[in-house]
Amino acid sequence: MKRTADDSIHAALADATFRAYREAVIGLPPDVLSVIRKAAEAETNPAARGEYANILKNIEVAADLGVPLCQDTGIPVVYLTIPPEVPFSDRLYDAVAEGVRRATHEVPLRPNVVDPLTRHNTNDNTGAGIPAIHVRPGKEFTVTVLPKGAGAENSSRIAMLLPGHAYGIEGFVVETMLQAQGKPCPPVFLGIGIGGTFDLAASMAKEALLLPVDTMTGYEQKICDSVNKLGIGPMGLGGDITALAVKVKTAACHTASLPVAVNVQCWANRHATVVVKR
Amino acid sequence: MTGPVQLKTPLGDEVLALKAGDRVELSGIVYTARDEAHFRMQKDGIPFDPKGAAIYHCGPVIHNGKVVAAGPTTSARMNELEGFLLDRGVRALIGKGGMGKTVKEQLRDRAVYLAFTGGCAALASSHMTLKGVYYEDLGMPEAVWVIGLDRLPLVVGMDAHGGDIFEAARVHAEKAFREHAVQECR
Repeated sequence: MKRTADDSIHAALADATFRAYREAVIGLPPDVLSVIRKAAEAETNPAARGEYANILKNIEVAADLGVPLCQDTGIPVVYLTIPPEVPFSDRLYDAVAEGVRRATHEVPLRPNVVDPLTRHNTNDNTGAGIPAIHVRPGKEFTVTVLPKGAGAENSSRIAMLLPGHAYGIEGFVVETMLQAQGKPCPPVFLGIGIGGTFDLAASMAKEALLLPVDTMTGYEQKICDSVNKLGIGPMGLGGDITALAVKVKTAACHTASLPVAVNVQCWANRHATVVVKR
Repeated sequence: MTGPVQLKTPLGDEVLALKAGDRVELSGIVYTARDEAHFRMQKDGIPFDPKGAAIYHCGPVIHNGKVVAAGPTTSARMNELEGFLLDRGVRALIGKGGMGKTVKEQLRDRAVYLAFTGGCAALASSHMTLKGVYYEDLGMPEAVWVIGLDRLPLVVGMDAHGGDIFEAARVHAEKAFREHAVQECR
Protein backbone atom coordinates (compact mmCIF):
# COMPACT_ATOMS: atom_id res chain seq x y z
CA MET A 1 0.00 0.00 0.00
CA LYS A 2 1.23 3.48 -0.82
CA ARG A 3 2.50 5.43 2.14
CA THR A 4 0.69 8.78 2.20
CA ALA A 5 1.82 12.10 3.66
CA ASP A 6 -0.81 11.54 6.36
CA ASP A 7 0.81 8.23 7.33
CA SER A 8 4.19 9.88 7.73
CA ILE A 9 2.71 12.64 9.92
CA HIS A 10 0.97 9.99 12.03
CA ALA A 11 4.18 8.00 12.56
CA ALA A 12 6.26 11.10 13.31
CA LEU A 13 3.74 12.49 15.83
CA ALA A 14 3.33 9.13 17.59
CA ASP A 15 7.12 8.86 17.90
CA ALA A 16 7.52 12.45 19.12
CA THR A 17 4.77 11.92 21.72
CA PHE A 18 6.52 8.78 22.94
CA ARG A 19 9.84 10.61 23.25
CA ALA A 20 8.32 13.64 24.97
CA TYR A 21 6.54 11.39 27.49
CA ARG A 22 9.74 9.48 28.27
CA GLU A 23 11.77 12.66 28.66
CA ALA A 24 9.09 14.25 30.86
CA VAL A 25 8.81 11.41 33.38
CA ILE A 26 12.55 10.77 33.79
CA GLY A 27 14.10 14.25 34.05
CA LEU A 28 12.94 17.73 35.03
CA PRO A 29 13.29 20.88 32.89
CA PRO A 30 16.38 23.04 33.79
CA ASP A 31 14.33 25.94 35.20
CA VAL A 32 12.44 23.55 37.51
CA LEU A 33 15.70 21.93 38.67
CA SER A 34 17.35 25.25 39.44
CA VAL A 35 14.38 26.43 41.53
CA ILE A 36 14.40 23.17 43.55
CA ARG A 37 18.18 23.37 44.14
CA LYS A 38 17.89 26.98 45.35
CA ALA A 39 15.11 26.03 47.76
CA ALA A 40 17.15 23.08 49.07
CA GLU A 41 19.98 25.48 49.90
CA ALA A 42 17.74 28.13 51.44
CA GLU A 43 15.60 25.84 53.64
CA THR A 44 16.42 26.09 57.36
CA ASN A 45 14.07 23.45 58.88
CA PRO A 46 16.10 20.23 59.56
CA ALA A 47 13.26 17.78 58.70
CA ALA A 48 12.62 19.75 55.51
CA ARG A 49 16.32 19.64 54.59
CA GLY A 50 16.16 15.82 54.87
CA GLU A 51 13.26 15.79 52.42
CA TYR A 52 15.23 17.92 49.93
CA ALA A 53 18.16 15.51 50.26
CA ASN A 54 15.82 12.66 49.22
CA ILE A 55 14.37 14.74 46.37
CA LEU A 56 17.81 15.63 44.97
CA LYS A 57 19.05 12.04 45.36
CA ASN A 58 15.90 10.79 43.64
CA ILE A 59 16.43 13.11 40.66
CA GLU A 60 19.97 11.71 40.35
CA VAL A 61 18.88 8.03 40.61
CA ALA A 62 16.10 8.50 38.03
CA ALA A 63 18.53 10.08 35.54
CA ASP A 64 21.23 7.43 36.15
CA LEU A 65 18.88 4.48 35.76
CA GLY A 66 16.63 6.07 33.14
CA VAL A 67 13.53 5.31 35.21
CA PRO A 68 10.56 7.56 36.10
CA LEU A 69 11.13 10.06 38.93
CA CYS A 70 7.75 9.20 40.42
CA GLN A 71 5.61 6.08 40.21
CA ASP A 72 2.62 8.30 39.49
CA THR A 73 3.55 8.85 35.87
CA GLY A 74 0.40 10.92 35.59
CA ILE A 75 -2.52 11.28 33.26
CA PRO A 76 -1.45 12.44 29.80
CA VAL A 77 -2.08 16.13 29.09
CA VAL A 78 -0.78 17.02 25.65
CA TYR A 79 -0.32 20.34 23.83
CA LEU A 80 0.17 20.40 20.07
CA THR A 81 1.23 23.32 17.91
CA ILE A 82 0.20 22.79 14.32
CA PRO A 83 1.76 24.73 11.41
CA PRO A 84 -0.47 25.64 8.45
CA GLU A 85 0.79 22.81 6.21
CA VAL A 86 -0.22 20.03 8.63
CA PRO A 87 -3.83 18.91 8.05
CA PHE A 88 -5.92 18.98 11.22
CA SER A 89 -7.95 15.82 11.66
CA ASP A 90 -8.77 12.90 13.96
CA ARG A 91 -5.55 11.28 12.84
CA LEU A 92 -3.51 13.69 14.98
CA TYR A 93 -5.46 12.54 18.03
CA ASP A 94 -4.94 8.89 17.08
CA ALA A 95 -1.21 9.44 16.68
CA VAL A 96 -0.86 11.04 20.13
CA ALA A 97 -2.81 8.14 21.67
CA GLU A 98 -0.50 5.68 19.92
CA GLY A 99 2.54 7.47 21.35
CA VAL A 100 1.01 7.30 24.83
CA ARG A 101 0.32 3.56 24.51
CA ARG A 102 3.88 2.97 23.36
CA ALA A 103 5.28 5.03 26.25
CA THR A 104 3.13 3.04 28.69
CA HIS A 105 4.64 -0.18 27.46
CA GLU A 106 8.22 0.88 26.84
CA VAL A 107 9.21 3.54 29.39
CA PRO A 108 7.28 1.96 31.22
CA LEU A 109 4.51 4.10 32.72
CA ARG A 110 2.02 3.08 35.37
CA PRO A 111 -1.37 2.49 33.76
CA ASN A 112 -3.41 5.19 35.53
CA VAL A 113 -6.40 5.73 33.28
CA VAL A 114 -9.71 4.20 34.38
CA ASP A 115 -13.42 4.55 33.66
CA PRO A 116 -14.69 7.24 36.09
CA LEU A 117 -17.58 5.14 37.39
CA THR A 118 -16.67 1.45 37.01
CA ARG A 119 -12.97 2.26 37.77
CA HIS A 120 -12.00 -0.29 35.10
CA ASN A 121 -8.37 0.30 34.09
CA THR A 122 -7.74 0.47 30.33
CA ASN A 123 -4.10 -0.52 31.05
CA ASP A 124 -2.70 1.74 28.32
CA ASN A 125 -3.21 5.27 29.70
CA THR A 126 -5.79 6.14 27.06
CA GLY A 127 -9.57 6.23 27.38
CA ALA A 128 -12.62 8.32 26.48
CA GLY A 129 -11.33 11.91 26.12
CA ILE A 130 -7.83 10.94 27.31
CA PRO A 131 -5.11 11.88 26.41
CA ALA A 132 -6.43 15.41 26.93
CA ILE A 133 -5.19 17.16 23.78
CA HIS A 134 -5.00 20.93 23.37
CA VAL A 135 -4.31 22.20 19.87
CA ARG A 136 -3.21 25.62 18.70
CA PRO A 137 -1.72 27.06 15.54
CA GLY A 138 2.03 27.64 15.47
CA LYS A 139 5.07 28.03 13.23
CA GLU A 140 6.59 24.72 14.25
CA PHE A 141 4.99 21.27 14.62
CA THR A 142 5.58 20.39 18.30
CA VAL A 143 4.18 18.11 20.95
CA THR A 144 4.39 18.92 24.65
CA VAL A 145 3.59 16.23 27.20
CA LEU A 146 2.63 17.29 30.74
CA PRO A 147 2.07 14.10 32.77
CA LYS A 148 -0.17 15.22 35.64
CA GLY A 149 0.00 13.29 38.92
CA ALA A 150 -3.16 12.90 40.95
CA GLY A 151 -1.93 13.94 44.41
CA ALA A 152 -1.44 17.52 43.30
CA GLU A 153 -4.29 17.57 40.77
CA ASN A 154 -6.74 16.53 43.52
CA SER A 155 -5.84 19.62 45.57
CA SER A 156 -6.69 22.00 42.70
CA ARG A 157 -9.66 24.38 43.02
CA ILE A 158 -11.77 26.83 41.06
CA ALA A 159 -13.88 29.76 42.29
CA MET A 160 -16.28 32.13 40.58
CA LEU A 161 -15.48 35.31 42.53
CA LEU A 162 -17.58 38.44 42.53
CA PRO A 163 -16.31 40.68 39.71
CA GLY A 164 -15.16 43.40 42.09
CA HIS A 165 -13.31 41.02 44.39
CA ALA A 166 -9.91 40.75 42.65
CA TYR A 167 -8.41 41.33 46.10
CA GLY A 168 -9.81 37.90 47.06
CA ILE A 169 -7.66 36.02 44.51
CA GLU A 170 -4.60 35.88 46.74
CA GLY A 171 -6.64 34.64 49.71
CA PHE A 172 -8.22 31.93 47.55
CA VAL A 173 -4.81 30.70 46.38
CA VAL A 174 -3.41 30.68 49.92
CA GLU A 175 -6.54 28.92 51.20
CA THR A 176 -6.09 26.26 48.49
CA MET A 177 -2.70 25.35 49.96
CA LEU A 178 -4.00 25.63 53.52
CA GLN A 179 -6.54 22.93 52.66
CA ALA A 180 -4.03 20.87 50.68
CA GLN A 181 -1.29 20.77 53.36
CA GLY A 182 1.13 17.91 52.54
CA LYS A 183 -1.21 16.04 50.16
CA PRO A 184 0.02 17.50 46.83
CA CYS A 185 3.72 16.73 47.62
CA PRO A 186 4.94 20.24 48.36
CA PRO A 187 7.06 22.21 47.68
CA VAL A 188 4.59 22.98 44.90
CA PHE A 189 4.30 25.05 41.78
CA LEU A 190 0.96 26.84 41.50
CA GLY A 191 -0.57 27.54 38.09
CA ILE A 192 -3.22 30.25 38.35
CA GLY A 193 -5.82 31.05 35.68
CA ILE A 194 -7.60 34.35 36.14
CA GLY A 195 -10.55 35.41 33.97
CA GLY A 196 -11.97 33.73 30.90
CA THR A 197 -14.80 31.34 31.63
CA PHE A 198 -15.28 28.50 34.14
CA ASP A 199 -13.49 26.04 31.85
CA LEU A 200 -10.94 28.46 30.37
CA ALA A 201 -9.72 29.50 33.83
CA ALA A 202 -8.93 25.87 34.68
CA SER A 203 -7.25 25.32 31.34
CA MET A 204 -5.08 28.44 31.76
CA ALA A 205 -4.14 27.37 35.29
CA LYS A 206 -2.71 24.14 33.89
CA GLU A 207 -0.96 25.84 30.98
CA ALA A 208 0.62 28.32 33.39
CA LEU A 209 2.68 25.37 34.71
CA LEU A 210 4.51 25.32 31.36
CA LEU A 211 5.77 28.91 31.79
CA PRO A 212 9.38 29.42 32.97
CA VAL A 213 9.35 29.02 36.76
CA ASP A 214 12.70 30.70 37.47
CA THR A 215 11.20 34.16 37.06
CA MET A 216 8.07 35.67 38.59
CA THR A 217 6.25 38.97 38.11
CA GLY A 218 5.73 41.17 41.15
CA TYR A 219 2.14 39.92 41.41
CA GLU A 220 3.21 36.26 41.21
CA GLN A 221 5.96 36.82 43.79
CA LYS A 222 3.50 38.48 46.19
CA ILE A 223 1.11 35.50 46.04
CA CYS A 224 4.06 33.10 46.40
CA ASP A 225 5.32 34.92 49.52
CA SER A 226 1.83 34.77 51.06
CA VAL A 227 1.61 31.00 50.45
CA ASN A 228 5.03 30.55 52.04
CA LYS A 229 3.86 32.22 55.26
CA LEU A 230 1.84 29.01 55.83
CA GLY A 231 5.06 27.12 56.66
CA ILE A 232 3.68 23.79 55.38
CA GLY A 233 7.09 22.86 53.95
CA PRO A 234 8.10 19.79 51.95
CA MET A 235 5.57 16.96 52.31
CA GLY A 236 3.72 18.91 55.02
CA LEU A 237 6.46 18.30 57.59
CA GLY A 238 6.95 22.05 58.13
CA GLY A 239 9.44 24.39 56.45
CA ASP A 240 10.19 27.80 55.02
CA ILE A 241 9.17 27.03 51.45
CA THR A 242 5.76 25.65 50.51
CA ALA A 243 5.48 27.12 46.99
CA LEU A 244 8.53 27.19 44.72
CA ALA A 245 6.83 29.45 42.19
CA VAL A 246 3.44 30.89 41.26
CA LYS A 247 2.65 31.41 37.59
CA VAL A 248 -0.37 33.37 36.38
CA LYS A 249 -2.20 33.39 33.04
CA THR A 250 -5.10 35.72 32.39
CA ALA A 251 -7.86 36.07 29.81
CA ALA A 252 -10.66 38.55 29.25
CA CYS A 253 -13.87 37.67 31.03
CA HIS A 254 -17.55 38.61 31.27
CA THR A 255 -18.15 41.91 33.07
CA ALA A 256 -20.23 40.01 35.64
CA SER A 257 -17.62 37.24 36.26
CA LEU A 258 -14.21 36.67 37.85
CA PRO A 259 -13.25 33.01 37.47
CA VAL A 260 -10.07 31.95 39.33
CA ALA A 261 -8.53 28.51 39.07
CA VAL A 262 -5.54 27.10 40.95
CA ASN A 263 -3.83 24.06 39.46
CA VAL A 264 -1.53 22.56 42.06
CA GLN A 265 1.65 20.86 40.83
CA CYS A 266 4.05 18.85 43.00
CA TRP A 267 7.79 19.66 43.06
CA ALA A 268 8.22 17.34 40.05
CA ASN A 269 6.86 19.85 37.52
CA ARG A 270 7.29 17.45 34.63
CA HIS A 271 6.89 18.48 31.03
CA ALA A 272 8.81 18.06 27.80
CA THR A 273 8.44 19.42 24.29
CA VAL A 274 9.63 17.59 21.18
CA VAL A 275 9.64 18.92 17.61
CA VAL A 276 7.77 16.57 15.28
CA LYS A 277 10.18 15.72 12.47
CA ARG A 278 8.46 14.85 9.22
CA MET B 1 24.33 12.61 66.34
CA THR B 2 23.15 8.99 66.15
CA GLY B 3 22.13 7.51 62.82
CA PRO B 4 18.65 6.40 61.86
CA VAL B 5 16.96 3.68 63.94
CA GLN B 6 17.13 0.30 62.15
CA LEU B 7 13.81 -1.55 61.92
CA LYS B 8 13.07 -4.97 60.43
CA THR B 9 9.76 -6.73 59.78
CA PRO B 10 7.95 -8.46 61.38
CA LEU B 11 7.76 -5.47 63.71
CA GLY B 12 7.01 -5.72 67.42
CA ASP B 13 7.03 -3.53 70.49
CA GLU B 14 10.18 -1.71 69.31
CA VAL B 15 7.88 0.62 67.35
CA LEU B 16 6.42 1.90 70.63
CA ALA B 17 9.77 3.55 71.47
CA LEU B 18 9.74 5.69 68.30
CA LYS B 19 8.93 9.41 68.48
CA ALA B 20 7.45 11.62 65.77
CA GLY B 21 10.35 13.18 63.87
CA ASP B 22 12.77 10.23 64.38
CA ARG B 23 14.60 9.05 61.27
CA VAL B 24 14.41 5.29 60.69
CA GLU B 25 15.50 2.77 58.05
CA LEU B 26 13.15 -0.12 57.37
CA SER B 27 14.19 -3.55 56.08
CA GLY B 28 12.16 -6.72 55.55
CA ILE B 29 8.82 -6.94 53.76
CA VAL B 30 6.14 -4.36 52.95
CA TYR B 31 2.73 -4.93 51.39
CA THR B 32 1.47 -2.16 49.09
CA ALA B 33 -2.19 -1.24 49.53
CA ARG B 34 -4.25 1.67 48.22
CA ASP B 35 -8.01 2.28 48.32
CA GLU B 36 -9.13 -0.71 46.24
CA ALA B 37 -6.86 -3.21 48.03
CA HIS B 38 -8.24 -2.05 51.40
CA PHE B 39 -11.82 -2.58 50.16
CA ARG B 40 -10.94 -6.06 48.86
CA MET B 41 -9.21 -7.07 52.12
CA GLN B 42 -12.18 -5.84 54.16
CA LYS B 43 -14.46 -8.01 52.04
CA ASP B 44 -12.36 -11.15 51.47
CA GLY B 45 -9.87 -11.15 54.35
CA ILE B 46 -6.18 -10.26 54.50
CA PRO B 47 -4.14 -12.48 52.11
CA PHE B 48 -0.91 -12.24 54.16
CA ASP B 49 -0.01 -12.57 57.85
CA PRO B 50 -0.83 -9.12 59.28
CA LYS B 51 1.00 -9.70 62.59
CA GLY B 52 3.91 -7.26 62.73
CA ALA B 53 3.38 -6.32 59.08
CA ALA B 54 4.07 -2.98 57.40
CA ILE B 55 1.56 -1.58 54.88
CA TYR B 56 2.87 0.79 52.19
CA HIS B 57 0.46 3.27 50.59
CA CYS B 58 1.91 2.90 47.13
CA GLY B 59 0.91 2.00 43.59
CA PRO B 60 4.23 1.05 42.01
CA VAL B 61 5.38 0.72 38.41
CA ILE B 62 6.29 -2.97 38.01
CA HIS B 63 7.99 -4.17 34.82
CA ASN B 64 9.44 -7.59 33.95
CA GLY B 65 9.26 -8.76 37.58
CA LYS B 66 11.07 -5.68 38.90
CA VAL B 67 10.02 -2.67 40.96
CA VAL B 68 10.77 0.24 38.62
CA ALA B 69 9.26 3.14 40.59
CA ALA B 70 7.55 2.98 43.96
CA GLY B 71 7.10 6.23 45.86
CA PRO B 72 4.29 6.78 48.36
CA THR B 73 0.75 7.86 47.56
CA THR B 74 -1.41 10.25 49.63
CA SER B 75 -2.22 8.37 52.83
CA ALA B 76 -5.18 10.56 53.78
CA ARG B 77 -7.36 8.73 51.24
CA MET B 78 -7.12 5.68 53.51
CA ASN B 79 -7.99 7.65 56.69
CA GLU B 80 -11.08 5.58 57.47
CA LEU B 81 -9.81 2.26 56.10
CA GLU B 82 -7.00 1.15 58.43
CA GLY B 83 -8.84 -0.01 61.58
CA PHE B 84 -9.21 -3.70 60.63
CA LEU B 85 -5.52 -3.98 59.66
CA LEU B 86 -4.27 -2.42 62.90
CA ASP B 87 -6.69 -4.61 64.87
CA ARG B 88 -5.12 -7.67 63.24
CA GLY B 89 -1.57 -6.70 64.25
CA VAL B 90 -0.21 -4.38 61.54
CA ARG B 91 2.53 -2.31 63.20
CA ALA B 92 3.41 0.30 60.59
CA LEU B 93 1.62 2.29 57.92
CA ILE B 94 3.89 3.98 55.37
CA GLY B 95 2.92 6.78 53.01
CA LYS B 96 3.00 10.50 52.49
CA GLY B 97 1.17 13.53 53.83
CA GLY B 98 0.13 12.06 57.19
CA MET B 99 -3.23 10.69 58.34
CA GLY B 100 -6.31 11.84 60.26
CA LYS B 101 -7.60 11.70 63.81
CA THR B 102 -9.15 8.23 63.43
CA VAL B 103 -5.79 6.69 62.56
CA LYS B 104 -3.98 8.66 65.26
CA GLU B 105 -6.22 7.00 67.87
CA GLN B 106 -5.96 3.59 66.21
CA LEU B 107 -2.13 3.79 66.32
CA ARG B 108 -2.11 4.44 70.06
CA ASP B 109 0.10 1.98 71.99
CA ARG B 110 0.45 -0.37 69.03
CA ALA B 111 1.70 1.08 65.74
CA VAL B 112 3.32 4.01 63.90
CA TYR B 113 2.91 5.99 60.70
CA LEU B 114 6.14 6.37 58.71
CA ALA B 115 6.53 9.03 56.01
CA PHE B 116 8.54 8.69 52.83
CA THR B 117 9.28 11.65 50.56
CA GLY B 118 6.55 11.97 47.94
CA GLY B 119 7.70 11.66 44.35
CA CYS B 120 10.94 9.87 45.26
CA ALA B 121 10.00 6.70 43.43
CA ALA B 122 13.35 6.02 41.78
CA LEU B 123 15.16 6.38 45.12
CA ALA B 124 12.61 4.03 46.75
CA SER B 125 12.93 1.35 44.09
CA SER B 126 16.72 1.35 44.48
CA HIS B 127 16.04 -0.13 47.98
CA MET B 128 13.49 -2.74 46.78
CA THR B 129 13.11 -6.29 45.43
CA LEU B 130 9.79 -7.71 44.20
CA LYS B 131 8.67 -10.82 46.12
CA GLY B 132 5.10 -11.45 44.99
CA VAL B 133 1.62 -10.08 44.34
CA TYR B 134 -2.02 -10.45 45.42
CA TYR B 135 -5.12 -9.09 43.68
CA GLU B 136 -3.40 -8.42 40.35
CA ASP B 137 -6.89 -8.16 38.81
CA LEU B 138 -7.24 -4.75 40.52
CA GLY B 139 -4.66 -3.36 38.08
CA MET B 140 -1.05 -2.40 38.67
CA PRO B 141 -1.58 0.61 40.97
CA GLU B 142 -4.24 -0.99 43.18
CA ALA B 143 -2.85 -4.54 43.53
CA VAL B 144 -1.08 -5.69 46.73
CA TRP B 145 2.62 -6.05 45.82
CA VAL B 146 4.89 -7.91 48.23
CA ILE B 147 8.19 -6.01 48.28
CA GLY B 148 11.49 -6.76 50.00
CA LEU B 149 13.11 -3.66 51.52
CA ASP B 150 16.74 -2.90 52.24
CA ARG B 151 17.05 0.10 54.57
CA LEU B 152 14.41 2.42 53.13
CA PRO B 153 14.95 5.88 54.75
CA LEU B 154 11.76 7.10 56.48
CA VAL B 155 10.63 9.65 59.06
CA VAL B 156 8.27 8.80 61.93
CA GLY B 157 5.30 11.00 61.02
CA MET B 158 2.94 9.80 63.77
CA ASP B 159 4.07 7.82 66.79
CA ALA B 160 2.17 5.42 69.05
CA HIS B 161 1.62 8.10 71.71
CA GLY B 162 -0.22 10.83 69.78
CA GLY B 163 2.89 12.60 68.43
CA ASP B 164 2.26 13.95 64.91
CA ILE B 165 4.71 16.20 63.02
CA PHE B 166 2.14 16.92 60.32
CA GLU B 167 -0.26 18.29 62.91
CA ALA B 168 2.34 20.74 64.19
CA ALA B 169 2.80 22.08 60.63
CA ARG B 170 -0.99 22.19 60.14
CA VAL B 171 -1.58 24.19 63.32
CA HIS B 172 1.13 26.65 62.25
CA ALA B 173 -0.44 27.03 58.79
CA GLU B 174 -3.90 27.67 60.20
CA LYS B 175 -2.58 30.31 62.55
CA ALA B 176 -0.59 31.98 59.76
CA PHE B 177 -3.65 31.96 57.51
CA ARG B 178 -5.79 33.67 60.13
CA GLU B 179 -3.11 36.28 60.74
CA HIS B 180 -1.89 36.97 57.22
CA ALA B 181 -4.53 35.98 54.69
CA VAL B 182 -5.29 39.07 52.72
CA GLN B 183 -8.98 38.47 52.28
CA GLU B 184 -10.54 35.07 52.69
CA CYS B 185 -12.92 33.98 49.97
CA ARG B 186 -16.35 33.07 51.11
